[in-house]
Amino acid sequence: MSIPLPLFIAVPLVIAFLLPLFGKKGKAAATVLANLATISLLVFAVVSIGRTEVYEVGKWSIPLGINLVLDGLSSLMLLAISVVSAAAMLFSARYMEQYTAKAKYLSLFLLMVAGMNGVALSGDIFNLFVFLEIASLASYALVGFGCEHEELEASFKYMVLGTIASIFILFAIALVYGNTGTLNMAYISKAIQNSGLNAGLKFALALFIVGFGLKAALVPFHAWLPDAHPSAPAPISAMLSGILIKTLGVYALARVVFNIFGVSVTIGWLLIVLGLLSMVAGAFLAIGQWDLKRLMAYSSISQVGYVILGVGLGATLIAEGADLAWASLAILAGLFHLVNHAVYKSLLFLTSGSVEMATGTRQLKDLGGLAERLPFTRTTCTVASASIVGIPPFSGFWSKLILVIAAVQAQFYWIAAVIVFVSLCTLIMYLKVQRYVFLGELPENLRQVKENKGSMLVAMVFLACLCVLMGLLVLVPGLKQAILDPAVQVLTDGLKYSADVMGM
Amino acid sequence: MPYALCFLLFMLGLYCAVVKKNMVKIVIGIMVMEYAVNLFLVMLGYRSGGTAPIIDKTQFDPATQQIAAGFLNTSVDPLPQALVLTAIVISLGSLALMISICVRTYEKYGTFDITQIRRLKG
Repeated sequence: MSIPLPLFIAVPLVIAFLLPLFGKKGKAAATVLANLATISLLVFAVVSIGRTEVYEVGKWSIPLGINLVLDGLSSLMLLAISVVSAAAMLFSARYMEQYTAKAKYLSLFLLMVAGMNGVALSGDIFNLFVFLEIASLASYALVGFGCEHEELEASFKYMVLGTIASIFILFAIALVYGNTGTLNMAYISKAIQNSGLNAGLKFALALFIVGFGLKAALVPFHAWLPDAHPSAPAPISAMLSGILIKTLGVYALARVVFNIFGVSVTIGWLLIVLGLLSMVAGAFLAIGQWDLKRLMAYSSISQVGYVILGVGLGATLIAEGADLAWASLAILAGLFHLVNHAVYKSLLFLTSGSVEMATGTRQLKDLGGLAERLPFTRTTCTVASASIVGIPPFSGFWSKLILVIAAVQAQFYWIAAVIVFVSLCTLIMYLKVQRYVFLGELPENLRQVKENKGSMLVAMVFLACLCVLMGLLVLVPGLKQAILDPAVQVLTDGLKYSADVMGM
Repeated sequence: MPYALCFLLFMLGLYCAVVKKNMVKIVIGIMVMEYAVNLFLVMLGYRSGGTAPIIDKTQFDPATQQIAAGFLNTSVDPLPQALVLTAIVISLGSLALMISICVRTYEKYGTFDITQIRRLKG
């Protein structure tokens, strides 16, 4: 059975606009409908694995019309988006009861999912910008959803930087259109291969890197993330940290750099430096935090650095003409880390939401000894922490191991050393979380705390099981060939993308 | 020359968004940037003395399915105008959201000055 590609965007979009009609009485029905939407997207994404297809919207043949492209990388992103959004939606069913206007929240949530699916599928660069704006606008509103002092402040900060990033991207798209005369990504790539990079296109590439770098919160463009992610409701923090910064930032950047402009040594090194800066700065800033969600937000910056480092290392190796096997290993590590981080970081934010809902605070100094009171939250949080630190056999270990192997084989020993060092910093920050939240003495006012039951528990256990099992994605050859290898192939093939799309 | 002025407008908007302390002025700066980019897009399709890109019967030869060369050489590019319309709608949406966040923030803090709106740090 093959799913028509527009359904990935149409299903969440249509349901998002239906939900506000339900009003106060239909809250339960709205929740069920929204959950059905995310779960059906998960089914669509699983069914679509291994398929490559170009869909011409409205039967207008490219380059006249808009096209949707499903290839290995897109289907990997769709899978990650749908796993995280299904879990976060399930978690919201119970968690969002403490807020008013739940139907509006669900509607914005689905708009964000529709935007991200659109970014992952779009084969037209202006269309990519439109979907990016849909997802971003929904996320600005969701960050300020609580309408308290901190939330509004964070939302404004996020919105100013996010809008500036979007304008940079639009400016870059205008420059690309002026220089190549087309908006279809495959045709732009072909035009650039024929004419080479002129000054205008180089400026456009720089604008793309700044714009997508802002969306991905790479250091030095990270200032908005530690405010915006903790201020959002917990399931939205999980979505933002888990998948939004990767789809709008890392995925779009990789698509533009690898498939449209083509890799060069300069760009590869730029990505490596951005990745290393993010890794080290994010980790150092995270250790000093005393707010649970803020600590996790800084650690997201550090973890996105790993993804960019893997991709950048691959780009450098390809551009230098080194052994392609090590380049694809580095990219495999980057993409695998992207998927892993999507799962365990969203789980960590969900557990932080569970702790906050049970105790009413997220300051580490006010918590303690919750291991007995919140046994399931504690277990899932420990699993996620073990994954992010990289303890075998949890998922994070495998992606970091592959990244270290790739760096050593490419003879960048110092990069391998930095990777291991940042892993140690990550260990320190999550030991701090365990020590101050779950161990130690139980404060007097938290004696009556009760574990959160129902859908929140199901969502957390689902993601924790994935954390344990994700290692199989590289260990079982069949799974690796079906899911990760096609995605790596798209990036290592680079400019062959245009021929692939035109040929399909 | 018009492109340089357009770029100048973009930089003025960026300067305003980065330097100003008043939330509403920051929003205005962002919108100036947005308009500069829209202007740039419109200019990409501009052709002095051009005609509207609509074919009439005299310019199309049904026997050979060919469009007259004169039409191709004089018509303006319609695509950037379509892009600008989309971009304007998007910027309207983000402007509305930004201004409503400004209003809600003013209700909470009683000021638009971002140096006094600083509860988040670290």
